[in-house]
Amino acid sequence: MASTSTSVQAPGRSVWDGGVSPMGASYGKLMMWFFLLSDAFTFSALLITYGLVRSAHPGYEGDIELFQFSQAWWPVPEKVFEAIPFFEGLNAPLVFVGLMTFILIMSSVTMVLAVEAGHRMDRAAVEKWMLWTILGGLTFLSCQAWEWSHFIHGAHHGPSVAEGTKYFGASLSQNQYGPPDFAAFFFFITGFHGFHVFSGVCLNFLIYYNTVMGVYDRRGHYEMVEKVGLYWHFVDLVWVFVFTFFYLV
Amino acid sequence: MAHSEEHHTPVTVIPPDKEKIKKLWTVALILLMITVLEFIVAFSVPHQYEATRVTIFILMTIVKAAYIVGEFMHLRHEAKVLIWSILIPMVFVIWMLVAFVYEGMAIFNLRY
Repeated sequence: MASTSTSVQAPGRSVWDGGVSPMGASYGKLMMWFFLLSDAFTFSALLITYGLVRSAHPGYEGDIELFQFSQAWWPVPEKVFEAIPFFEGLNAPLVFVGLMTFILIMSSVTMVLAVEAGHRMDRAAVEKWMLWTILGGLTFLSCQAWEWSHFIHGAHHGPSVAEGTKYFGASLSQNQYGPPDFAAFFFFITGFHGFHVFSGVCLNFLIYYNTVMGVYDRRGHYEMVEKVGLYWHFVDLVWVFVFTFFYLV
Repeated sequence: MAHSEEHHTPVTVIPPDKEKIKKLWTVALILLMITVLEFIVAFSVPHQYEATRVTIFILMTIVKAAYIVGEFMHLRHEAKVLIWSILIPMVFVIWMLVAFVYEGMAIFNLRY
């Protein structure tokens, strides 16, 4: 015993020589961190490219009350995303996307509570909080499905027609809200984020299943909950940025 | 086998630490309050002050991001070398942001 403790501190040996975790985190957690770092670059590239294309288009200059959709300028987001389900025609700018933000933050909290319960080896609590997290993820995905559907089909009333064309809703080549790039970025950015949420829900379910089957009790630790938790918080983090740069600015 | 032996080891559940859980809910509350504030700014600061609006939104987003990464993802409590390994590469994102938005404005000036 004495020989192993002295060999670590022997001259010429450092924490990086093996046998210990220099960053104080397990291999799996570290790899999740670096995966998330690379994923952050991907999302940054998407959002920054949105910034490039948006700043290459004219913005709307006039009175916001008189705003109309046009191919000539980039739309004001709060005028595009102003509908909520079941209340057709009600003008509720950004309310629905605010609700989606609320749902995702709440599911992030339930996830962190699941991680906390995992540290305490409390299987019942992990199961409970994982279920809430999965529910939050599914609710978010449903909201996004409705939002996409509404965006694609378009509004049936109000000034919603671009000059000369009677085009409702949006496709990759044309949309009623503004320049074609606007809808393309909407689909790409929220779609890529939505796909991450979907993968997150699948992973969360896998963890939930393993917890119920007692895999982590047998293993002696709940580190998998922590690793997938990191991923789930990252999805929430990305949404914070999408919310700001796509819906608010 | 070691595997089946582990199966019968009873698991000791540690009781929850009320303080710790309360702290997590506080972070959640802060995140929600900032989001509500963003809404208030979005509908109270007129669109003429676009620069002010954007600055406020970006600052609030950074605060939210710091809470999510620092507390929920627990990065604030990790080893220093891990914190810097994650934060320093963000320099590339900032550089890309500045370069691309500058480029976008140059394209705008060429077009219009």
